[in-house]
Amino acid sequence: MIAGRRGALVGAVLLALGLVLPFVPGVYIVFAIDLVCFALVAVAFDVLLGFTGLLSFGHALFWGGAGYVATIAIAHGVTSFPLALLAGVVYAFFLSALVGAISVRRSGIYFAMITLAIAEIQYFFALQFIDLTGGENGYPVTTRGTLFGLSLEDDHVYYYLVLAVATIATAVAVRIVTSPYGAVLAAMRENENRAKSIGYDTDRLKLAAFVISGTLAGLAGALYAGANRLASLDAVDWHTSGAIVMMTILGGIGTIYGPMIGAGLFQSLDFFVSKTPIGDKTNIVMGLVFAIIILIARRGIVGELMHRLRPGAVLPFDDEQPILEP
Amino acid sequence: MPHVSADYLLIQIFNGLVNGGFYALLALGLSIIFGMLRIVNFAHGVMYMLGAFVAYYGAQLIHLPFFAALIVAPIVVGAFGLAIEVTLLRRLYNLDPLYNLLLTFAIVLVVEDVMRLAAGALGSPYETPGILAGATNLGFTEYPTYRLFVIVVCLIVCAAVYVGIERSRLGARIRAATEKPQLTRAFGIDTSRLVSGTFAFGAALAALAGVLAAPNTNVSPTMGDAVIINTFAIVVIGGLGSILGSVVAGFALGIIAAVGAVLYPPIANTLIFIVMVLVILFRPAGLFGTPERSA
Repeated sequence: MIAGRRGALVGAVLLALGLVLPFVPGVYIVFAIDLVCFALVAVAFDVLLGFTGLLSFGHALFWGGAGYVATIAIAHGVTSFPLALLAGVVYAFFLSALVGAISVRRSGIYFAMITLAIAEIQYFFALQFIDLTGGENGYPVTTRGTLFGLSLEDDHVYYYLVLAVATIATAVAVRIVTSPYGAVLAAMRENENRAKSIGYDTDRLKLAAFVISGTLAGLAGALYAGANRLASLDAVDWHTSGAIVMMTILGGIGTIYGPMIGAGLFQSLDFFVSKTPIGDKTNIVMGLVFAIIILIARRGIVGELMHRLRPGAVLPFDDEQPILEP
Repeated sequence: MPHVSADYLLIQIFNGLVNGGFYALLALGLSIIFGMLRIVNFAHGVMYMLGAFVAYYGAQLIHLPFFAALIVAPIVVGAFGLAIEVTLLRRLYNLDPLYNLLLTFAIVLVVEDVMRLAAGALGSPYETPGILAGATNLGFTEYPTYRLFVIVVCLIVCAAVYVGIERSRLGARIRAATEKPQLTRAFGIDTSRLVSGTFAFGAALAALAGVLAAPNTNVSPTMGDAVIINTFAIVVIGGLGSILGSVVAGFALGIIAAVGAVLYPPIANTLIFIVMVLVILFRPAGLFGTPERSA
């Protein structure tokens, strides 16, 4: 984590970039909104992965699920968009509490597999209960309504709403991970038994982190559904869970701002590659970039920078534990 | 509950056995790989898909018969798996196993899109071999001969692999290297060759499943996606790394899902995951797993 004055500076620079993004030539407004939503979900993901070491392979559960709940709420008479967002967030909150209660006692591969399996249950629910979810077509957002007299139908107005929400949510996330609670999380990540032996209820601490992460991911996902005026089946698919993991690691696990930058790079790369002759086969490039990051730059972009600038900085997953000797 | 005739239920149980055979074959490969390398191999579905494509292109380009494809595809895909293990996976064995899970995820993204570029996204049918076309009378119904063939092949291969690992000298070395890699090396056994061989063998098993699936399904770049997550769940249910567990869980879940679908159709796709969550809650190490494996 980049803390203190330096952290505030990085945050301010990112916010400034966010404020001018719609005016950058060549940037489509919906692309800009998507980018901010993914930046927020990457932050949410990093609160969990970076500060508890738990790798969820099911964050599409909250991201996509909250999107469905928000859009379905709108179609069923919730005319206030913020209220629909809230419905999505509440869903993500309760769902993450439930899933967390089942999963946080496990770690490593088991945790990844459980979260993946539960996310698949929701995926098939969204696919099969067509009357409720629209099945393969997804569920359209009929209206985004107005807020403070401004029409949210205007994509630029909507962008700044998303940016404001994402900024506040990120500030909350930063506050949490730099708090004493965040310090305990990091201690637990480094040595769970020692944290237990000095009296911390590690399962509850992890559950809290999981709920914070899931709820923020739901917030980002509900905003994303609004941006595209659609809760789509893609958003609850396991490939999306994988994309969230990729953005976070690309930017740098445990650096909070890193995953935001990772999400921005990921989205931009995806966008530019889709304009090349290989068209929608962007996964070739994304997969190669991700493989290279995993093989030679596991700290991610911001993590590597921090490592070079401040060699003493403690980053998660930096130790090399022998699993199977070469 | 809808009224279900006994014959119809029996047919569904046979259908469940067919699906279960695929699950068992895939879970078996995934499980041996996990046991030896501690990798949850996302690319296992890709190996399955590539196996089907080897059969498909073999038939298109050189009129490779189905029965030859059953041998050729596992060899080709096994070699591909070997190349991946030696050039990529090997670099990460000293790290948290999650990194290798993520690397295999990256491999899925790249290989699937390469196949989409090469073969198109829609997929193609693969003809059922003539000798296995048609139906066989089982007494209560006429059942497609090819599906019976799949059940038999899956049972034979699973049994052979199980016996091979439990009874043969090589199997003993593999088990030793799985349990205590350092000690096994101290006895002068080259474990890194065993590791490579195990990964290649697991990939070959997935490719065999892919060839068997080809006449039954559409050969497409995403066909592995449809089975890999189910297979993960089955391996977890059986107990990560347990060979017997993955085979038993594969067949059992195939049947449970098929029967479940008769009683309540929408549950067909989710039943496996529900069972997995229940197993994790009440028996975290899986049905046949040893508790210390569950971290």
